[in-house]
Amino acid sequence: MEIKIRKNILEKNLTEADKNRSFFREKKVFVLNMMSSPGSGKTQTLCRTLAQLMPDIQVGVIVGDICTTNDADRLAKTGAKVTQINTDQFGGDCHLTAPMIDTAARQLGCDDLDLLIVENIGNLVCPAEFDIGENARVVVLSVTEGEDKPVKYPLMFQVSDAAILNKVDLLPYLEFDAALAVENMKTVHPGMPVFELSAKTGQGFEPWLEWLRQQL
Amino acid sequence: MHEMGIAQELVRIALEALPRDLKDPKVASLNLRIGKLSSVVPHSLTFCFEIITRDTPLEHARLDIETVPVVIRCDTCGRQWEADTPVFRCPDCENGQVRMISGREIDIDSLTLME
Ligand SMILES: [Zn+2]
Repeated sequence: MEIKIRKNILEKNLTEADKNRSFFREKKVFVLNMMSSPGSGKTQTLCRTLAQLMPDIQVGVIVGDICTTNDADRLAKTGAKVTQINTDQFGGDCHLTAPMIDTAARQLGCDDLDLLIVENIGNLVCPAEFDIGENARVVVLSVTEGEDKPVKYPLMFQVSDAAILNKVDLLPYLEFDAALAVENMKTVHPGMPVFELSAKTGQGFEPWLEWLRQQL
Repeated sequence: MHEMGIAQELVRIALEALPRDLKDPKVASLNLRIGKLSSVVPHSLTFCFEIITRDTPLEHARLDIETVPVVIRCDTCGRQWEADTPVFRCPDCENGQVRMISGREIDIDSLTLME
């Protein structure tokens, strides 16, 4: 005997993500999900982004990490409201889920925020599958990784609304082909804006900030 | 690696779908549809599934996984095609806005009970 079910296995997370979306809409806060592999310079990108946006734009950050609070500590120095989710309490998950965001967002309080940034766990695979109720997704790739990352992890680049190619100040010392990396991103996701920048020096930062301001 | 979480949800949904009045139900197979672009590794999913279904009605149930192709449509010129590599650029108008019609499914379609 066959029993029909016809359900998305992740439907529980999707339902929770929709609840988050209504909560954020009510609070009038724009939610950005930042994803990358470990070591791409996502935290440094956020530190510089926050330094440029605050205090005109009120920003809160939810940092997802498997263990430490190192990233949250760095980000708190910008004056933004920061809260940390350590996924080891949830079995060391490699991604954030909608219920974790709900808890963290309520802990942070969203009343006075214009922008809430979720720094997802460093991983180009799992976070791409989990809707957390965000308004936009950004993937960060750096020039110390391979140019072929976008074609190796296509879902991550396909689901992102914009991409950052970070650490371009290192290009003179590397054999990294930046044009090829951007080309690869655009074959996976045509029309996606790609910002080539250095979070360390600030080079190329303005177009990224402009894009972000336009989203709000 | 998130297959364990997916396996747990799969088991939860399957157990919930079992008719309550059935005495000692045994599931023969679960029929899944997994999109080619979803980042679920069928082999890992099967492995996790086997571990967590011991001593449940799902023990020894087979996972029948149908792979759903990646189908892309170009919103600019309307062309629709099946992508077998991660190249989603429209072959006709190069940079058109594309949309994914299928390929991201992580669905449980049905389950089959043992006779
Ligand atoms: Zn086209």
